[in-house]
Amino acid sequence: METCPSVKNILLLDSEGKRVAVKYYSDDWPTLSAKLAFEKSVFAKTQKANAGTEAEIVMFDGQIVVYKFIQDLHFFVTGGEDDNELILASVLQGFSDAVDQLLRNIVDKRTALENLDLILLCLDEIVDGGIVLETEGSVIAEKVSAHGMEGGTSIAEQTLVQALTTAREHLAKSLLM
Amino acid sequence: MPRSLVGGDLAGPEMAQPYMKKEDDDGEVEYSPFFGIEKGAVLQEARAFHNPQLDARRCSQVITKLLYLLNQGETFTKVEATEVFFAVTKLFQSSDAGLRRLVYLMIKELSPSSDEVIIVTSSLMKDMNSKTDMYRANAIRVLCRIIDGTLLTQIERYLKQAIVDKNPVVASAALVSGIHLVQANPEIVKRWSNEVQEAVQSRAALVQFHGLALLHQIKQNDRLAISKLVSSLTRGSVRSPLAQCLLIRYTSQVIRESSMNTQNGDLPFFDFLESCLRHKAEMVILEAARKITELDVTSRQLAPAITVLQLFLSSSKPVLRFAAVRTLNKVAMTRPLAVTNCNVDLESLMSDQNRSIATLAITTLLKTGNESSVDRLVKQITSFMSDIADEFKIVVVEAIRSLCLKFPLKHRSMLNFLSNSLREEGAFEYKKAIVDSIVTLISEIPDAKEIGLLHLCEFIEDCEFTYLSSQILHFLGNEGPRTSDPSKYIRYIYNRVILENATVRASAVSTLAKFGALVDTLKPQIFVLLRRCLFDTEDEVRDRATLYLQTLGGEIAVGNNEKDVKDFLFGSFDVPLANLEASLKTYDPSEEPFDISLVSREIKSQPLQEKKAPGKKPPAAAAPAPVSAVNSYQKMLSSIPEFSGFGRLFKSSEPVELTEAGIEYAVNVVKHIYDSYVVLQYTCANTIEQQLLEDVTVHVDASDAEEFSEICSKPLTSLPYNSPGHIFVAFKKPERVSAIGKFSNVLKFIVKEVDTSTGEADEDGVEDEYEIEDLEIVSADYMLRVAVSNFRNAWENMDPESERVDEYGLGVRESLAEAVSAVINILGMQPCEGTEVVPRNARSHTCLLSGVFISDVKVLVRLSFGLSGPNEVAMKLAVRSDDPEVSDKIHEIVASG
Repeated sequence: METCPSVKNILLLDSEGKRVAVKYYSDDWPTLSAKLAFEKSVFAKTQKANAGTEAEIVMFDGQIVVYKFIQDLHFFVTGGEDDNELILASVLQGFSDAVDQLLRNIVDKRTALENLDLILLCLDEIVDGGIVLETEGSVIAEKVSAHGMEGGTSIAEQTLVQALTTAREHLAKSLLM
Repeated sequence: MPRSLVGGDLAGPEMAQPYMKKEDDDGEVEYSPFFGIEKGAVLQEARAFHNPQLDARRCSQVITKLLYLLNQGETFTKVEATEVFFAVTKLFQSSDAGLRRLVYLMIKELSPSSDEVIIVTSSLMKDMNSKTDMYRANAIRVLCRIIDGTLLTQIERYLKQAIVDKNPVVASAALVSGIHLVQANPEIVKRWSNEVQEAVQSRAALVQFHGLALLHQIKQNDRLAISKLVSSLTRGSVRSPLAQCLLIRYTSQVIRESSMNTQNGDLPFFDFLESCLRHKAEMVILEAARKITELDVTSRQLAPAITVLQLFLSSSKPVLRFAAVRTLNKVAMTRPLAVTNCNVDLESLMSDQNRSIATLAITTLLKTGNESSVDRLVKQITSFMSDIADEFKIVVVEAIRSLCLKFPLKHRSMLNFLSNSLREEGAFEYKKAIVDSIVTLISEIPDAKEIGLLHLCEFIEDCEFTYLSSQILHFLGNEGPRTSDPSKYIRYIYNRVILENATVRASAVSTLAKFGALVDTLKPQIFVLLRRCLFDTEDEVRDRATLYLQTLGGEIAVGNNEKDVKDFLFGSFDVPLANLEASLKTYDPSEEPFDISLVSREIKSQPLQEKKAPGKKPPAAAAPAPVSAVNSYQKMLSSIPEFSGFGRLFKSSEPVELTEAGIEYAVNVVKHIYDSYVVLQYTCANTIEQQLLEDVTVHVDASDAEEFSEICSKPLTSLPYNSPGHIFVAFKKPERVSAIGKFSNVLKFIVKEVDTSTGEADEDGVEDEYEIEDLEIVSADYMLRVAVSNFRNAWENMDPESERVDEYGLGVRESLAEAVSAVINILGMQPCEGTEVVPRNARSHTCLLSGVFISDVKVLVRLSFGLSGPNEVAMKLAVRSDDPEVSDKIHEIVASG
């Protein structure tokens, strides 16, 4: 697995370092206390930095952490020290862009908590078990929010061509089964 | 419809602001929709999932609350988890897409047991074949996360189909799941190669990336396939930057493996890597530049990579600047010249807002800097030090130390820098790093000694760390008396006796005594000071003072002369502490006093441990085991009556294999060396189940070892299958002589057939013999690897009369490092102060060795190696030892080796 870039965790903390949503993909931090300790030191080490629109970066204990702050939300993406920083940065960018879009440009802790389901789905769509699934913020946001519309997918909403394609697929599938 | 009335139901059907109810009550408190949430209550709410008329919205909220709890680190008991899991499975009845997504998430979080998995399998398989892409993709990811091998074969067909699905999200989901599954089920995933191959050609960027990653996983052990994959893709067009990064990694792997085989300068695919430096995505450029710098390339091949990294240095993006400077820093470690072009950019990064970048820039500059720029750099760093964290400061201090060793003439400004840093605020680790650096500089650069010592003296005047004060006092005692004016240190040391805690006071007393012993003119004054210490409140301080006063004042006789007194008080302690500890632990309090000379002096060489990156697990400590091995040999041998009169075991060698691995009988031998005896311990193992060996002896032919005569042999009466036994053969040899010789060995025994079903052996056996390899006793067997703590001190304390110097040509060698380790092996001595490591590209090297030769003669060796012509190695060997004859002997050993 060592040759595939991998994300060790994605953290979304508030301005006091408390969890809003976190997702760990590696076993570097096996216990809850290890995870909390890591979050604490990440938060402390990035406290002084004024990470604005540009992603910032810090390296410690053999981990690389890229991060950015929006309002009272702190976004972090962690990877191993041998990994490509720019890949991590693109994951971070994708995450914060998607969150921005999902929360309709009101990116703060309160809105994030009110839409925690969207944030969690968002994390789920960015990385799967450490492997980058998607880095384009708008695509991620679309995948997350698509469910609302898709639930009501009715034939009426589709154009004729689409309907035909779907029908053909459907037929093909039922033949295959 | 029956509804749970417990909690969370207040919001009612109007759900626009689902969790706002708390806000009115707790207006002042920080607002959170999850304020006051409790696990028990939420679990109660989850019962609503069993309701036949599902309210999708409400269920979504409850799942979100459950996910929130898990996310905050809350855990469910086994029973709770099972209960929630079953409740959640009910939600598959709802067709609400949003709810379904949360159900997927919840199932992944709960990671159900295999008997629970069965319950959701059919629902998930249905979703896997749904017409909605999002369902398909997610169901694949969930199912692959929770199933085992047997279930996997059932859904394999759908996964293969999904890999080539024309919806990229579905294809990616299947491919990524494949990457996870390949670890546990490589055989199954390998069967998907054709589909994966097709995915690699996909037009969708991420499908290509995931396909490539999986294909590499499948083929990773097949070098040829990887090489083919790389060569086909480097020609084609890879669309996604991520996939391109992967391709670069695989390519550099292929290059590294092939260049090891071909040995010519041509690097295949290097053009591809170089072309990636002109890619439009920065992550690809970085990846390519980094991989090029990691390869063994010529300066000309390296240059373009350095150029793009240099451009990155002035980027507006911190991440890019960081990536570039980090890479250059690594390059500077091995090829500082390649980086000098970037010095101007690096200097401007010293004031970077991001301190990680600034520190990396500085440490890079310290590696690439030349002698003339050192002063300026140090000045700049001084202004920078105050506002970075301790961990960065330590990095800088270490860089300064190595720079100072590189440019010893500049020691003054660098020592000043270090001592200024000592005065700043800082935690223990940081201060320790500085003190260690100053100590190293004093030991390595003679001119730096006096100023360095004064800096340390000033530091202990106001040092809050007992450990550091004691360490410095000890060091001062070793170095101070040999300076031009030892008296100036006394004030600092005596101040410690007045001002400090007991530990430091005791150290200070010892240091004073060293000055008194070594500097005759100071002796009377020191005695006055030591007498004052007799009134100290602490036992240890008074005891030390008394001891030193009595012995140095000649009131208690130690040995014959003053030199013996000094050896007794300050001589280096030549017994490894670990061995002493082990012996003391096994010592039985009895009539017989503990005899320190029986403690083994041997330290086993520890495998060279490069400083691993922090965060990785430290390698398991291997030190204690060998120590006890030596002791256990001593114990075992002295328990055998024949050998009990042989005296102290001087050395036991590592086991030497006398047979090849995997044949009928395995034999190895350990050489135990005594002053006038040698015992060979053969360990034999019978690896044939159908045989029992009896009366096993080793017939040793010592005709090529004139000085040895066999005195006894202890055969094995029986050697059953798979339970190794020992055979001993003892030889007498001239006392205290390092006799060498070659022994040929034959294993003789009686073979009996064994019935493997009953385990009984036949009555009758057949005599047989078995040739095993020869064994040599060489000079290195008489040499103990014993380290000295301060080589220079030890060397100076040895009688210069005993020194023997000669030069040797070692002929053409593979490399300098290889020559150094060959000589170390011939002599069997302990390398000191890390001098066994030869820096890359070094043209010359000095190696310091120490050891104890048989009959306890201390030996120190200084080896100076130099390269003349292509890999032609010449060596100068200087030996000092307690016995000039041994010095000659060392030369004989090298001359004959």
